[in-house]
Amino acid sequence: MNLALTILIDGVIYASWLFIVALGLTLVFGVLRILNFAHGGLYALGAYSAAVTVGWFTGHGLDGWFTILAMFIAALAVAVIVTPIIERGLLRFFYGRDEVLILLVTYAVFLMLEDITKLIFGVDPYYVFEPRTLLGNVEIGSLFYVGYDLALIGTAIVCGLAVWLGLRRTRIGKVTLAVIAEPEVAATMGVNVSRIHLLAFGLGVFLAALGGALTAPLISVQPGISVSVVIVSFAVVIIGGLGSIPGAAIGALIVGIARSFAVYKVPEAEIFIIYLVMVVVLIFRPEGLFKPIQARRI
Amino acid sequence: MKIAYKALLSGLLGATALTCGSAAMAQDDTLKIGVVTFLSGQAAQSFGVPAADGGKLLVAKMNAGEVPAPFDTVGMGGMQIELVLIDEAGGATVQVQEFRNLVQRENVDVVVGYVGSGDCLAVAPVAEELKQFTILYDCGTPRVFETAEYDYVFRTAAHASMDNIGLARYLKAQGTEVSTFAGINQDYAFGQDSWADFTAAMAQIYPEAEVAAALFPAFGAGQYGTETSALMSAQPDIVHSSLWGGDLQAMVLQALPRGLFQRSEVVLSAADHILPPLGKQMPEGVVIGARGAYGFLAPESDLNTWWFDAYEAEYDVMPVQAPYRMAQALLGLKVAVEKAMADNGGTKPTSEELAAAMQGSTWDSPGGLIEMANANGHQAIQPTAFGKTVKDAEGNIVLEDIVRFDARCVNPPTDVIALDWINEGFPGAQCD
Repeated sequence: MNLALTILIDGVIYASWLFIVALGLTLVFGVLRILNFAHGGLYALGAYSAAVTVGWFTGHGLDGWFTILAMFIAALAVAVIVTPIIERGLLRFFYGRDEVLILLVTYAVFLMLEDITKLIFGVDPYYVFEPRTLLGNVEIGSLFYVGYDLALIGTAIVCGLAVWLGLRRTRIGKVTLAVIAEPEVAATMGVNVSRIHLLAFGLGVFLAALGGALTAPLISVQPGISVSVVIVSFAVVIIGGLGSIPGAAIGALIVGIARSFAVYKVPEAEIFIIYLVMVVVLIFRPEGLFKPIQARRI
Repeated sequence: MKIAYKALLSGLLGATALTCGSAAMAQDDTLKIGVVTFLSGQAAQSFGVPAADGGKLLVAKMNAGEVPAPFDTVGMGGMQIELVLIDEAGGATVQVQEFRNLVQRENVDVVVGYVGSGDCLAVAPVAEELKQFTILYDCGTPRVFETAEYDYVFRTAAHASMDNIGLARYLKAQGTEVSTFAGINQDYAFGQDSWADFTAAMAQIYPEAEVAAALFPAFGAGQYGTETSALMSAQPDIVHSSLWGGDLQAMVLQALPRGLFQRSEVVLSAADHILPPLGKQMPEGVVIGARGAYGFLAPESDLNTWWFDAYEAEYDVMPVQAPYRMAQALLGLKVAVEKAMADNGGTKPTSEELAAAMQGSTWDSPGGLIEMANANGHQAIQPTAFGKTVKDAEGNIVLEDIVRFDARCVNPPTDVIALDWINEGFPGAQCD
């Protein structure tokens, strides 16, 4: 198979996974101005919850496509349970404070989630094999790709479009944009800003957990899976512009394809190239590729 | 009043002396061992927790005098053993501080610890500074004793060069034809060193073989789709990897349905610990190393049978490399403690006495004979073995085609840097 096509396919698959995770990160920053380091912990919670839920479904004879449903239910459950605890119980007290302080707060939450996850799920690995077998394999050139991995591309597109259109074409989305632009004015117009914050953070949690849930069939779910994902997700949203959904998409594509290129051509630079891209972008566009200067839009 | 005051003071002093005396006696009855391993983080599930479990089990058996001969005396030299477990997570700087806490606040008699090579390299000079007898039980980097000399620091397991020399020798012993080979190793010290040792060993044993690809994903990357494509596109005869833990499991799970294990023979230098958790998901025909002759690869002996069964009975899973290495460290410590006490008249040995007793010592372990033969008697060499995965009648993965290698076949002679020894063609290797 043509090398360029292989690099493109691998890069886009990786970018899709990355975009699903980074989407929640950029959404939360766009609406709440929070650099949510706890995103990695929520991703891990999603993976664990999916592993348990899928196991429960298959244990009750609900296998096959029900396992995909189980992963979405798991992500939703994480969002419903965790969002009020973190957002209402902690983060709302820090709105308007220095972003560095909030970053430290979310880092503390990240560390707590690491231990809480271990307390709930233990340190033994969990496995979710079944969802990945549902779509079979696809032969492209001389290589086989797993259908599940290719389906991540579609899932990422659906997630991205749903959030983007939801913000622009629905009433609640437009209210959210109003809160982003002028929270005080929105509040004086009768908008329940607290509820918008809760909803936006909840959506961010859901997307983080969904990223973890969709990743669970690819890995052994065990302590430590949350660290690398949050760092590379930050790189994606910084490249794309903090708070920008198209930026996160382009950032994920750039990172995915650059990394894929490096694996084939300069494997020693596989890690380095992600941050090289980030540095180059920041030199020429310190605000990221898609973030208008001094604007807060998503 | 003065007399009463004096009496009170005398009484207090007497009571204090009695308390101190009994405390000193209690300390003499107890050997306090600080055990440092990963209880959290990515290495916890694969290495740290099983090692801690193995340590706790073996210490309980030692304290009860239930370990088979020649380790069947109670405790260590008659002293009951008390473990102080410390989490290795947090990096080298944290571990240096934790080491000082163990020695200066917890007053441990011995420190046994460290999976991470960086932690071993950071802690060893501090152990020397504090004159604290310390056993490095697991870490793999050859550099600990290749770049420095220590009086109080010992490593009771062979370093990682053995694993990759052994893999290359195993391929030759199996008659595997290799014209091209590739590697996927984590981009940190252990991964880079493993690949360097393997490529050097292959250059000696398969001089015609060429490297088709050398990939270095990030530690904890989790996603190996692109790497799988690159390895399959390169179509090497052999794919070498020193990945471990969750990274290795993720790589296997992602590459298996894509056919990598059918297209190339995959050889894994440190993979025994993924066999129990992956179970029937593990593909057949994969060459497995355990960084020693452990678990399925362990030699038949009463000691190994006892250890394997005791661990399995306690934790409902077979022991893999981590508890084996902890066990061989604690058994070596027991031998050193009892030798030192035989020499000093039976009192609790000092760090100096323990170091003198362990230097150059040998002892049997469940994984075979451990010899403190290198680095002036501070670095162990040990036999190793490799095998190939196959499914038994019930579909469970076991190992077949097991080949054992003598310690002096796969470890460099004393005072020789491992990579130099490989590049010079293994002079003095004893492989029969």
